[in-house]
Amino acid sequence: MRYVSGSAMIEVHELTKTFNGLTAVREVSLEVKEGEIFAFLGPNGAGKTTTIKMLTTLLRPTSGTIRLNGIDPTIRQQEARKLFGIVFQDPSVDDELTAQENLEIHGALYHVPRKLIGERSERLLKLFELWERRHDPVKQFSGGMRRRLEIARGLLHTPRIIFLDEPTLGLDPQTRNQLWLHVKELNQEDGVTVFLTTHYMEEAERVAKRVAIIDHGSIVAQGSPEELRRQTGSATLEEAFLTLTGTTIREEEPDSLTQMRNMARVWRGQQR
Amino acid sequence: MIPIYVLWMRQLKRYVRSRPRVIGSLGQPLLFLLALGFGLGPVFRKAGQGSYLQFLASGIVGMAVLFTAMFSGIELIWDRQFGFLKETLVAPVPRIQIMIGRTLGGATVAVLQGLVVIIIAVVAGFRVTHYAGLASALVFMGLIGLTFTALGTALASVLPDFQGFQLIMNLLVMPIFFLSGALFPLIGLPKLLDVIARLDPLSYGVDGLRTALTGVGHFGLGTDLAVLSGLCAVLLVLGGWLFSRIEL
Repeated sequence: MRYVSGSAMIEVHELTKTFNGLTAVREVSLEVKEGEIFAFLGPNGAGKTTTIKMLTTLLRPTSGTIRLNGIDPTIRQQEARKLFGIVFQDPSVDDELTAQENLEIHGALYHVPRKLIGERSERLLKLFELWERRHDPVKQFSGGMRRRLEIARGLLHTPRIIFLDEPTLGLDPQTRNQLWLHVKELNQEDGVTVFLTTHYMEEAERVAKRVAIIDHGSIVAQGSPEELRRQTGSATLEEAFLTLTGTTIREEEPDSLTQMRNMARVWRGQQR
Repeated sequence: MIPIYVLWMRQLKRYVRSRPRVIGSLGQPLLFLLALGFGLGPVFRKAGQGSYLQFLASGIVGMAVLFTAMFSGIELIWDRQFGFLKETLVAPVPRIQIMIGRTLGGATVAVLQGLVVIIIAVVAGFRVTHYAGLASALVFMGLIGLTFTALGTALASVLPDFQGFQLIMNLLVMPIFFLSGALFPLIGLPKLLDVIARLDPLSYGVDGLRTALTGVGHFGLGTDLAVLSGLCAVLLVLGGWLFSRIEL
C-alpha cells in the first residue's frame, strides 16, 4: 500500500455497532495517516454515517477501538473533540439565528479568538457567497445556501482532522468545486487530515489518496482509487464501486425484506 | 464560561425573535388572570378570603414561569430533530456547560415572562404590597425557572421525539400547576389533596412568590426557599447527567 508520510491520525480496529440486534457496522478496521485525504464510500445505509458518529463521540461503539491521534474518543472525549471538525450530512444550523450568529456560536464553542472569528467568517462567507446575506435568519435561506453555511461553519476553526459527511449533497458544481479547492488547500497548507464520504465517485477519485468501500456494515475493499480499479479490472472508480457493491438500489430505511435479510445476516453471523 | 454565555444568549435571541411564542405564551396567563380573577372574585370575597385577584396573581406568575421553563427544557427535542444539538455535542465543551448554558437561558426567558405577567396583573388591579419583596420574588421566579427547565431538559434527554410531549403536558405539567397552591389557598383541603400539594414543588414556588409580593403565605419563606433550592439542585444534577448521556 502507498501511504503518505506521517503517523496514523485515525486508527479504527474491529469497530462494531449494533442497534437492537441489528448490526449497522461490523468489525470495521481502517487507518488514516496524518495529512491524508481518505474517502469512505458505500451505498445508502451501508454504515458510513454510523461510523462517523462513533468517531466523533456522538455514538458509543458496541465493541472495537478507536484512536484519534492516539486518543480514545470514548474515554477522553474532550481531548478528542478538540482534534476534529465535522460537516454533517443533515442540517445542524440554527434556523432562528442569522448566518453570522451561527458562525459566532461555532467559533465560541471551539474557543476561536474573537478577532479570528471575524476574519475567518468574512473569508468563508465570501468564499461561499453568503456574505451579503449574513444578517438574515437562516430560515430564509434556500437549501443550497444552508448547505453552504454548514460547510463554511465546519471550516471556521482549523482542526487536525475534518470529517465531511456527504458534504456536496445538493450543491451545484460551482460550490462543489470551491469546496474541494478549499479542502485541498487546508490539507496541503495546514496538513489537515480529511475523512470524507460521498456518493460522487469522480469526486472521491479526484481528491482522495485512499478510499475504503463499506457495504452492509463491513469494509469490502480498501486502497488507492488506482488499486481498486486494478483489483476489479474497471476503468473508473464508479465501475469498481458497482462491481464491489452490486447494482441493487439500497433503501435508507430498511423495508421488511431488508430487515429480514439483516436478521438473517445477524443470525448467520452468530453461527460463525 | 464563553460557551455557557453564547448558549444562554442563543435561548434569549430565539425567544425575543419568536413573536408568536411571546404573544401565545402571554395569552394563557392573561386568560386565567382575567377569567378566574374576575369570575371567581365575588365567591372568594363572600367566603371571607378578600380579593381573589390579589391571591391569584402570584399563582399565575408561577404558572407563566412553569410553562415557559418546561417548554424551554423540552425545546431540546426540537434541537435534536432540527440538528442544532449535534453541533453543540461534538464541540470541545464539557456537556455540563452546554446544559448549564441552555438551562440558564431557559430560566432567564421564564423569569422575563413572569415579570411581564406581574406587570399585566398590576394593570388588572393587583397590588404589590411589599415592593421590597420584588427582589425575593425574582429569586423565586429564578428558582422555579431553573427547576423546571432542568426537569424539561431531563425529560427531553430521554425522549426521542415529540410523541411523548402531549403526555408530559397533560400528565405532568398541568397537574403540577393545578394541584399547587396557584389557584386555591392550601387551607382546609381534603387530606389527599393536601398531601399532593405538599409534594408539588410548584406549591413552594408559588407560596414563596405570594409571600414576597403580598406578605401572605402558607409554608413560610424559609421552607419555600429550602425545599425549592434543594429540588432545583437535584434536578440540575439529574438533567445534567441525562444530557451528558445523549447519543444521536
